[in-house]
Formats: sequence, C-alpha cells, structure tokens
Amino acid sequence: MRRGDFLSHVAWTGAGIAYALSARGIVRAAGGTPSGAYFVQISDSHIGFKQPANPDVAGTLTQTIARINALANQPQFVVHTGDVTHLSKPEQFDLAKQLLGTLRAPVVVLPGEHDALAGGAARFLSIFPPKSGSSGWFSWDAGGIHYVALVNVFDFEQMGLLGNDQLAWLERDLTPLPKSQPVVVFAHVPLYALYPQWGWTTEDGAKALALLARFDAVTVLNGHIHQVIEHTQGNIRFATANATAYPQPAPGSAPKPGPLALPPDALLARIGYRTVEMKAGHATTDDVSLA
Amino acid sequence: MGMKTLALAALTALLAAAPAQSPPAATVHIKDFAFVPARLTVDAGAVVRFVNDDGEAHTVTAVDKSFDSEGLDTDAQWTHRFAKPGTYAYFCELHPYMKGTIVVRPSPQS
Repeated sequence: MRRGDFLSHVAWTGAGIAYALSARGIVRAAGGTPSGAYFVQISDSHIGFKQPANPDVAGTLTQTIARINALANQPQFVVHTGDVTHLSKPEQFDLAKQLLGTLRAPVVVLPGEHDALAGGAARFLSIFPPKSGSSGWFSWDAGGIHYVALVNVFDFEQMGLLGNDQLAWLERDLTPLPKSQPVVVFAHVPLYALYPQWGWTTEDGAKALALLARFDAVTVLNGHIHQVIEHTQGNIRFATANATAYPQPAPGSAPKPGPLALPPDALLARIGYRTVEMKAGHATTDDVSLA
Repeated sequence: MGMKTLALAALTALLAAAPAQSPPAATVHIKDFAFVPARLTVDAGAVVRFVNDDGEAHTVTAVDKSFDSEGLDTDAQWTHRFAKPGTYAYFCELHPYMKGTIVVRPSPQS
C-alpha cells in the first residue's frame, strides 16, 4: 500500500464509509471510480480440472472472485473470456455459473473450446445466454466504448475460426461507427497468429482485424493461452490474460502446450485477474496475481 | 414383477452389458498431442479402446459425428464398438490438428 492511499483509506473509513482494500492495497481518490470505463477480465477457469497443475480450480476461481469483490472501485462489469469449464459437463457448468454468480459486478461470459464439447454450443448458450442475438456473438455500448464479444470456438472442425456469418455480422456492426469510436473486442482464442504451431491463432482472424484497422484505438482481449502476452498491430493493441486455473508454457518453451505444474506459491503468482481502465479510448491494463 | 418381465429385464441388462464385456481388439493411445497409431485397421464389430496418456484433455470425435468420446481427461479411457465396415476419420475437438483414422474391414464371419 502506498502511504497516500493508506491515508485516503483512513479518511474514508473515518467518514463512516466502509469499503475494502483491493488485493494490492490500491485505494483510489475520493469519488471512488475512475472517470472512464473500467472493467475486469478473468479467463480460463477450467472448472472440473483436477490435475496436479491445480487440484482446486474452484478454489482459485473463488479466491479471484473474492479479490474482485473486495476492489474499492467495483468494475462496471466482469468479462470471462472463456474455458469456464474443463470438459463442458453439466455439473461443471452448474458450479461455474454458481461461482460467477457471486461476483458483485454484472458478468459477461464468452465460450472457450472447452465449453463447446459434447455436442457444440447449445449447452453453453443455454447456461450463459448472449446479451443479444442467439449466435453467441454480440456487441453493446457503455461509457463511450463499443464492446464486441466474438466467438472463435464454435466451428466443429477448425479452431479458432470466426466463420463467414460472424464476419458479415461484424462488418454490419462496425460500419456505422466513426473512426474515433473506441472499440474493445473480446474473444477466447487470440485473433492474430500468436503461435500457430500450438493452435494459438484464429484462422480467419485477419479478416476481423481488417475491419477493425480503420479505428483510432482498438483493444483486443483474449484468453486461451493462460499467460499475459501483449502485441501491437497498427492501432490495435492485443493482450491475452492469465487464467484463474493454471499457467501454460511460453510459446515454444516446451515441446507441447498444456497445464504447467508449479509449486503452490509459484502457481498463485501466475493466475489471477486483470483490471482494464479506458482513458481517451486507450486501455490501461493491470494484471493482478493471487500471490 | 412377473417372470416374463424379469426375464426381459435380465435379457435387456445382458444385451446392454455385452459391448462393454467384449475385450478391446486394439488400443489407441493419445500421447504428446497425437493419436498412436494414427491409422488403425480392425474387423467389423471390434471394440477399440482410446486412452489419454497426456497431461492435457482431448476428445475422440468422428468427422461424420457418428461417435464422440466427449472430453477425456488425463488417464481417462473410452471404448467404442465399430459395427459397420468403412473408413472413419476422427479428430480432437480441442486440438483439431490432431487427426486419426479407423479402417473397419468386413468381419471374417460375415
């Protein structure tokens, strides 16, 4: 905790306004909320996973949620960028929905490929209905930001793939917007060729990025790879997020991807949540671990 | 419960259990993000066992959707009886670049 923050905390509690310190002890100045859009991203909870890389994924998701609920500045929403479950089993969806329901802020949930097993998208969509439409992808506007939730895990034989229907929808969705409109895009699998050797790419992602290229400031936030990797392409800034379950190896650092088993303390340092604060259309991200 | 119903129940139970009781004619291992062997030939009616030896979850999913193991966690196994002759292409839904083929020959008895 910084000293100034501590003093402001004392001042506020002294005034009888109770609020909890965040995991990092960051308490914002009077007013409590950042001026622009402010949200939290979590990802890859893999509820149902029981391997040594994290024998208690429900526990680490619960801890993550507790940290987010304790933030003095409650996010305008929390987005989960997919792989809520490990194997799309009904009991895994039930537990995930129950846990995510304990967040104080509204939740937006996107599917990962682990949520689309055993017969495809239907089960996910019935448990986490899209904010609008029935395909799984949608957009909404809040606080001056145009948010787009894309799905690149619903094709039966290819992954990640957006597909022509979704690309046509995206074009219709973006066409009316001025180039000065700040845009934030969510999707499970990275939209650019982050590491195709491990399938960490969206085959038709370049078509979506071409539609986004004319905007002054675009932020693309993904999950899937269980680690933070940032990238910039023109005016588009990409950032993948840590999981709440377990890390995966850095691209090319191991023969294959997959759960990385670490000692318990090291695990907590590699999982957690991300705060995103929008200033003049640009995202400032802060990845906060559970350690 | 009448004798007839009981006999029918016993018969149903026997029939339902039969495929599981047939020992697997062959095993496909899932190891290092690959099906081993990637191509397997069996006789019609053979039971094939798929075993996930990887630290990562996988699926055994037919391209024609005629079979699907659903998610197989580490050390999980799944068996499937291939009744009809033909060539069955399958893949892992989680890692679609993982591909395999089961060739089913007409059974020698038929």
